[in-house]
Amino acid sequence: MALLLPLWCVPAFLVLALVAVSIARRPMATRLIYSATAIVSIVVCAGAFLGLRGEQAGAVRLPLGLPGVGANFHADALSALFLFIAGLGSLAASVYGLGYGKHETAPQRVLPFFPAFLAGMTLVVLADDAFTFLLSWEFMSLTSWALVMAHHRVKDNANAGYVYLLMASFGTFALLLAFGLLAGADGQYGFEAIRAHHPSAFYASLVLFLVLLGAGSKAGLVPLHVWLPLAHPAAPSHVSALMSGVMTKIAIYAFIRIVFDLLGPPVWWWGIAVLALGGATAVMGVLYALFQTDLKRVLAYSTIENIGFIFVGLGLALAFAADHFQIAAVLALTAALFHAFNHSIFKSLLFFGSGAVLTATGERDMEKLGGLIHRMPVTAFAVLAGCVAISALPPLNGFASEWLTFQAILLSPEFPQWGLKLFVPAVGALLALSVAFAAACFVRVYGIAFLGRPRSSAAADAAETDRFSLAVMLALAVVCLLAGILPGYVIDALGPAVQSLLGGHMPKQSAMPWLSLVPITKTRSSYNGLLIFLFIAASASITAYVIHLLASKATRRSAAWDCGFPDPSPLTQYTAGSFAQPIRRVFGTLVFRAREHIEMPPPGDVRPAKLEVHLEDIVWDSVYAPLAGAVGLAADRLNILQFLTIRRYLSLVFVALVALLLVIAIWR
Amino acid sequence: MALIHDFAVQGAQMTLVVAIAPLATGLVRKAKARLLRRKGPPVLQPYRDLLRLAHKDVVLAENASWLFRAAPYLIFAATWVAAALVPTFATGLLFSWTADLIAIVALLGSARFFLALAGMDTGTSFGGIGSSREVMIASLAEPAMIMIVFSLALLAGSTQLSAIAQYMVSPNVGLRVTLGLALVSLVMVGIAENARIPVDNPTTHLELTMVHEAMVLEYSGRHLALIELAASLKLLLYLSLIGCIFLPWGIAPMRAGWAAYASGAAFYAVKLAAGCLALALFETAIAKMRVFRVPTFLGAALMLGLLGALLLFVSRGL
Amino acid sequence: MHGLAFDVAHLLAGGLVLVSFMLLYQDRLYALLNVYALHAVVLSLSVAWQAYTQAAPHLFITAFIALVFKAIVIPVVLHRMIVQLGIHREIETITSIGPTMLAGIGLVGLSMAVMLGVTADASLIAREDLAFALSVILLGLLIMVTRRNAVGQVVGFMSLENGLVLAATGARGMPLVVEISVAFSVLIAFIVIGIFLFRIRERFDTVDVRALDRFRGERR
Repeated sequence: MALLLPLWCVPAFLVLALVAVSIARRPMATRLIYSATAIVSIVVCAGAFLGLRGEQAGAVRLPLGLPGVGANFHADALSALFLFIAGLGSLAASVYGLGYGKHETAPQRVLPFFPAFLAGMTLVVLADDAFTFLLSWEFMSLTSWALVMAHHRVKDNANAGYVYLLMASFGTFALLLAFGLLAGADGQYGFEAIRAHHPSAFYASLVLFLVLLGAGSKAGLVPLHVWLPLAHPAAPSHVSALMSGVMTKIAIYAFIRIVFDLLGPPVWWWGIAVLALGGATAVMGVLYALFQTDLKRVLAYSTIENIGFIFVGLGLALAFAADHFQIAAVLALTAALFHAFNHSIFKSLLFFGSGAVLTATGERDMEKLGGLIHRMPVTAFAVLAGCVAISALPPLNGFASEWLTFQAILLSPEFPQWGLKLFVPAVGALLALSVAFAAACFVRVYGIAFLGRPRSSAAADAAETDRFSLAVMLALAVVCLLAGILPGYVIDALGPAVQSLLGGHMPKQSAMPWLSLVPITKTRSSYNGLLIFLFIAASASITAYVIHLLASKATRRSAAWDCGFPDPSPLTQYTAGSFAQPIRRVFGTLVFRAREHIEMPPPGDVRPAKLEVHLEDIVWDSVYAPLAGAVGLAADRLNILQFLTIRRYLSLVFVALVALLLVIAIWR
Repeated sequence: MALIHDFAVQGAQMTLVVAIAPLATGLVRKAKARLLRRKGPPVLQPYRDLLRLAHKDVVLAENASWLFRAAPYLIFAATWVAAALVPTFATGLLFSWTADLIAIVALLGSARFFLALAGMDTGTSFGGIGSSREVMIASLAEPAMIMIVFSLALLAGSTQLSAIAQYMVSPNVGLRVTLGLALVSLVMVGIAENARIPVDNPTTHLELTMVHEAMVLEYSGRHLALIELAASLKLLLYLSLIGCIFLPWGIAPMRAGWAAYASGAAFYAVKLAAGCLALALFETAIAKMRVFRVPTFLGAALMLGLLGALLLFVSRGL
Repeated sequence: MHGLAFDVAHLLAGGLVLVSFMLLYQDRLYALLNVYALHAVVLSLSVAWQAYTQAAPHLFITAFIALVFKAIVIPVVLHRMIVQLGIHREIETITSIGPTMLAGIGLVGLSMAVMLGVTADASLIAREDLAFALSVILLGLLIMVTRRNAVGQVVGFMSLENGLVLAATGARGMPLVVEISVAFSVLIAFIVIGIFLFRIRERFDTVDVRALDRFRGERR
């Protein structure tokens, strides 16, 4: 029953939320609530860890919810895995909140909702029937919406909240329909019953489509991502970390739970659909990220990229599973889950870093930062680790999961369908592009915000952040390193979850010689992060030693050389916009219809020259703007309904009733 | 005993690449000079340059951070580890399984990541220019390289470089369009990655055209020496890579004995010299292109790589 | 058909697709013509190799026609035409090269998927040739669609025809008469187009086909 330990944490979180309502305005509230959530999160982690170790699953049925169904809770290996991700993220966010929360101007708007949000995420993972699942899902959405709206007076935040609320209700609606189809005509809402009954191929495909809409909109799949870069940055930074790092993973959980577990045997073209969406999401997300100047918005867009990456893994797993190629399916799913874990770690780290920058300078705009590596050395170090990890560079963890995904892609010749054989390498090219863009994006983030010279007085006067935040960031950086150099242990921990879904798991990695990562056979491919790390460390130290033995040790400081034209003003540095210019020229014109407009005054004129760049968001313009227009038009047309006589209203109701009865009469 | 033997081979490989990397650079320079009917610096000049740089003081920009000082060591170490894992005279290196071809590409990516950061550290406009162009080039070159790896790995059934090299000498490889496409693509990527003409010019400090040189503009003394050595190593790595995949003849198999190693080394020397001459010839014959032509060039490399991966399926076997 | 014979045939047919991509990549007229000549040379080599391995001497004639007309005569004539007309030497393309190349890759993927899926029980080399030939044809069409310059369109058309010849030799069934007639019809088409070029040029002072659209009163 240890697995249900996390279930006890839900009421604990809710009680904390109630306590927070009453004491939020007191000075000690921040410390009290965040310490308490940290402790409860440790319990969640502990319970989930026991589950990952193979503890027996337990089920609980509470007499709540729908009559006859009740509220069912169950925790299997998959739930345990995502509980662990959620618990770790909550723990980190809580401890970070201990320091960061002190700068909060309106704690009464954050403190009550924070534990409630954690409770919502825990509940979603534990739910074992459709009703409880949807209720928890909606609870999670609403509490996170409240957190997004915490600073509702700040410009654009209210708009972000509005878009988020719309998209969240739309997503829940899609999931509701999906569960309706899954439950069938008899209305079996328990997951056990749904699992036993397989819908027909057409309905199953419809369910997949609805789940892609519902879970995909929460995770941020293009083109359903529009709310994400608005809402995630609007929340306080530790909540942004939770939303990007953990809530998107809960959406992934929902997708896996429904499609891999409840839906029955997959069809091969589902794989193509998910792969195409994932590949497009990865590239689009990171391209968006490359052209943003708001630090937190860059991170939010990069979340979209990583979600795309995870969905590519899931799509591969679906396609392989449909073709009964178990080894490959297991590899692809493991890669996806591993990347989900990794992303939750380094994205939290990066959001914490951006929060530290925000408290130290009050700026989120990269164009006003710079040189923070001198003022905030520890933050800068931790964020550097996060940037290296998210850019998928060895030996940190981002590379390990990327490498596994590529290994799964390289099994594509085994597909019997020509479409998949040819399509999967193309998706591989998209992934490779997105990874390379991600590296470019984070060189830009780090180089502009932390390196160079300060671009504003706020950046010049920044001070290092508090020790709680630093401790969390450094701890997460260590986790990034450990998961990167010892990926075998993480993959073994993912084994039971994969086993429960696909009936097999990867060979035990921690038993491999030298702790190498060997997905299939040693002659095929292997990677050893530990040795790579040791080699780099050793060769760097040998080099340093030799250099200091033989070469001149003298070091002088002087003005920067800069080809002989040093300029004292930091304004001559490259900015975030100019750094992205080459990539914008190459890809922006294609993807965003980027246009540059240069206004060069004639000689003798004292006006400054001007360069304007216009980017169009094609997803917004082609999907959402027409939709909003249509809704507006329909609202205008239907407006007359507001001014009818009572008799007309009654006749409307009457006609509707008769029409519905007619429908039933014809269909039955 | 076998382990000691393997260690010796791996160690020899590791020292060999560092020892001869400047020689390869010197050879290219000399050949280019001769092609232009200049006398050119001696082939050993890069060694002298490195020594001279090492003995000079380091002049750091006033606002250079610790990252700026640590970067040369990291760049060099990552490049060195990558170069030490590419077979030169013998396959079956002891540690070849620690990193496959994807990991080698990623190691080079790490080196570039830190180089680009170092370019931005001092906050000068030239550093920024170099870094921003470098990441633009890398954003296309790296996927192109991954696609080449895909083609080779799908063909050989392995991403391990040793296994690929062994497959390429085996009789069942045959003439394949895919291999041709991969070779062309690899050469294009190699030219871009090593900042050679027509993508970048390693000898210029002409302000508006430089990429790599702009990033390392603020470096001096031992730091610059390390970065130059890393650049030479990278060139050598690409030459060795082309050699061991596309000209695999003469490379000594695993634990073959000293005679085979000697002949492998001789073959390697010939391949290297041929590669250097070909590069010099190519660089002399072609003009540098505008920076914004580079994406088209590399885009073509990426497309060729992808096309190669697709065309695999028309050949026999797959 | 095993071993080396197959490999060389494969290499030449694949080379033809590659040269089609080079045509797609070119944006200068003279270079385009040179690459087209290369296209024809690769084609004639491919046909000649098929003639040798299939022991079908009539294919040598096809190869010879390809070499003489397509690799030498037509490029030289076109070259002179360009000089005489003084056409602007850069080809205007409708979209930039990147998307065009991407579309080309997509077309190759499509023709692979179609041809390899359909011809599952044909001989290996025939399958391959058909797949490559369809790619070359589609790429030729793509070149025609994406060029605004009449010369570019002519080259696209000719490369398309090369694809047809490749398909014909791979399928082994096409009699010589048909091939020769195809070759001559192309020649005639070429002459007609050449005359048109002069006409267009005389009347509109450009070979940009947009001029024709404007003349017909259409937009763009």
